[in-house]
Amino acid sequence: MAANNVRHAFFSALITLIISYPILGLNLEAQGISVTLTGADTSTVIAIFIAVIVVFVFQLFRERLMDKIRELPILSARAHKEPMAENKRAKIESWIITGIVVLALFWPFFVSRGAVDLATLVLIYIMLALGLNVVVGLAGLLDLGYVAFYAVGAYTFALLAQYADFSFWMALPVGACLAALFGLVLGFPVLRLRGDYLAIVTLGFGEIIRILLNNWTTLTGGPNGIGGIPDPTLFGMEFGRRVKGEGNTSFHDTFGIAYSGEHKVIFLYLIALVLAVFTAMVIRRFMRMPVGRAWEALREDEIAARSLGLSRTAVKLSAFTIGAFFAGFSGTVFASKQGFISPESFVFLESAIVLAIVVLGGMGSQIGVILAAIAVTILPELAREFSEYRMLIFGAAMVLMMVWRPQGLMPMRRIHIELNRQE
Amino acid sequence: MLEVQNLSMRFGGLLAVDQVSLDVQEREIVSIIGPNGAGKTTVFNCLSGFYRPTGGKIIFQGKEIQGKPDYKISRLGMVRTFQHVRLFSSMTVVENLLVAQHRHLNTNLIAGLLKTPDYREREKKSLERARYWLERVGLIDLANRESGNLAYGQQRRLEIARCMVTEPKLLMLDEPAAGLNPAETKDLNQLIVSLKEDYNVSVVLIEHDMSLVMDISDRINVINQGRPLASGKPEEIRNNDDVIKAYLGEA
Repeated sequence: MAANNVRHAFFSALITLIISYPILGLNLEAQGISVTLTGADTSTVIAIFIAVIVVFVFQLFRERLMDKIRELPILSARAHKEPMAENKRAKIESWIITGIVVLALFWPFFVSRGAVDLATLVLIYIMLALGLNVVVGLAGLLDLGYVAFYAVGAYTFALLAQYADFSFWMALPVGACLAALFGLVLGFPVLRLRGDYLAIVTLGFGEIIRILLNNWTTLTGGPNGIGGIPDPTLFGMEFGRRVKGEGNTSFHDTFGIAYSGEHKVIFLYLIALVLAVFTAMVIRRFMRMPVGRAWEALREDEIAARSLGLSRTAVKLSAFTIGAFFAGFSGTVFASKQGFISPESFVFLESAIVLAIVVLGGMGSQIGVILAAIAVTILPELAREFSEYRMLIFGAAMVLMMVWRPQGLMPMRRIHIELNRQE
Repeated sequence: MLEVQNLSMRFGGLLAVDQVSLDVQEREIVSIIGPNGAGKTTVFNCLSGFYRPTGGKIIFQGKEIQGKPDYKISRLGMVRTFQHVRLFSSMTVVENLLVAQHRHLNTNLIAGLLKTPDYREREKKSLERARYWLERVGLIDLANRESGNLAYGQQRRLEIARCMVTEPKLLMLDEPAAGLNPAETKDLNQLIVSLKEDYNVSVVLIEHDMSLVMDISDRINVINQGRPLASGKPEEIRNNDDVIKAYLGEA
C-alpha cells in the first residue's frame, strides 16, 4: 500500500515534470534566420521544481488529505442534507431563471462593448448547443456535422441579403426552415445507421457543405466569403451611422440621441437573448411532449419503442429536423453579428466544440448545457493572459471535468409527474 | 382473431420455422412451448413484424399482416413483451407508460406547443390510464422512479402494464415468468388470467414454466426444431408421447 503510494506519487511528479519543463523551461528564440533553444531563467526552473514537489507530496498523502477535507463541518453537513421537495424546488428554480433572464436584459447597458459582443457569441453557442442537445442528448444520435446546418442558416441569410435584399427578420425564418429541410434530407439516408457509423456519415456531410461553400465561388464567393450582411433593424430603424435601406430611418435620429456604435451591439445581444430564451422554451416544451418522450424512448431501446408503435423514421427525422432548425436560427444571428462570413467559420472544430458543450453540460439537461456553453465560450477568453497556454488550460479543464463528473455539469433530471390517485 | 398458416422463416441455410400453423380465438390463452432453440421466439418475431417471414400467411382480424413493419402491427393491436426485459431504463415508470400510448396522443407539434384542448384532453386521459395500470400491477408507489432501478419482478410487471396501456387486442408474452420466484409466478398467473377475463385480451404465451402453462392455457402448441409437433388442450399435450419424447429424449 505505502510502496504503491510512493510509486504513484513518483509517477505523477515525473509526468508534471515532463509536461511542464519543455513548455515553460525552454524557449525558442529567433536569431537572424536560425532558431536557437535557450533555457528559461532560474526563477522559472525553481517554480517548476516546486510544482513537481507539491504534486509529489499531494499524491503521497492524497487519501489522508481528502478524508480530512470530507470531515470539514461545512461539507459534511451539506452531504447529509435531505433533498428539497420536488415542487418546491421547481418553483425556486423557475424564479431563479426568471431573475437571471431579467438581469441579462439590463446587463449590457452597464458593461463594455467587448463584453456584450462576447455575450452575444455565448448566446449563439447556447442556441446551437440546445439544438444539438435534442439530437445527441435526447434522441441519442451522434451528429458530428452539426455545423453544416449552422452554415446553411448563415449562408441563407448572406445570399438572400446579397441577391434578394432580404432583411434579417425575413431571413430568420427562411434560414431556419432551410436548415431544417437540410436536416430532413440528411436524415433520410442515415436513418438506419447507429453510433459510430452515424457519426462518420454526419461528419462527412458537414465537410461536404463546407467544401461546397468553399468551391462554389460563383455563388458563395468561395474562401473570400460574403460581406456586407445587413444588421437587424428595429421596426425599420437602422443602427448604422447612415441609413442604407430604402424607407428606413436611423435609430439615433428617431430618438434624437447621439449616434453610438454600442447601440447596434446591444441590440444584437438583445435579439440573441430573446431568440435563445425562445429556443430554450420551445425545446423544453418539446421534451415534455409525446415527441420528446419518443426521442428518449428510441435512444433507450429502439426495439422496444418500435414494438409499442413508434415509427423509427418519424421520430429520428423529427429530432434531426428540429435540431437543424435551431442551428439555422443561430446561423442567421451569427451572420448578422459578424457582417461577414466565410467557410472558415464552419470547420469541424465548431461541431466538436458544440458537441463538447452538450457532453460537458450533461446530455439532455438544458440548464447544464447553457452553463457549459457559457463556460466553454468564456474560459478561453478569460485565459487570454496565459496567451499560448490557454488552449492547454482549456483542454486540461475538459479532461478534469470528464474525470470528476462524467455525467456532466448538471445531469438531466427526470420530470416528476403527479398522478391523481384514487384510494 | 389471429390465424397463422404454414409460417416459415429461413435464415440462409437454416430453416428456423417450418410450416407452423396457429390460431387464436377471442379471449383465449394459447401457449407455444418447446425445447430451447425450437424457434418459439422466431415465431414471435415474425408475428410482431421484426422479421419478414419467408413463407406463409398471418391473418389478424381478417387482414393479412405478414411483412408489415413492426410499428404498424403494434398499432393494429398486437403488442408483445420480450424474453429479456426491454424497458426505457433511464426514464421513469410513468414515462414508460406514456411513451407506450404515443399513438393515442396528439403528436402534432404545434398543438403541443400551444397546448390545445384536444392535446390536453388526450394527455390527461393517458395519465389516467397510466395511473390505472400502475395500481393494477402494484407499482403506483414507484411511479416516478427510474424504471431501470426497479427489481426484476417489478420490471416484468411494468413491461406488461406498458403493453396494456396501448389497449391491445392480442398480447404476446415471451417467457414472462423467467427469473421470477414462485410467489411472483403465482401473481403473474392471476394477472394473465385477469387480462383475459376482465379486459377481453387474447394472449399468446411462450413459457418454460410448465405449471404456469398447464394452469392457464386454453390450448397449447408444441414446436420442436422449427416444426409443429402437437397441439391441443393441456391435458392432451401432457399425455402426448411425441411431446414427452421431445422434452425428455428417446428412452
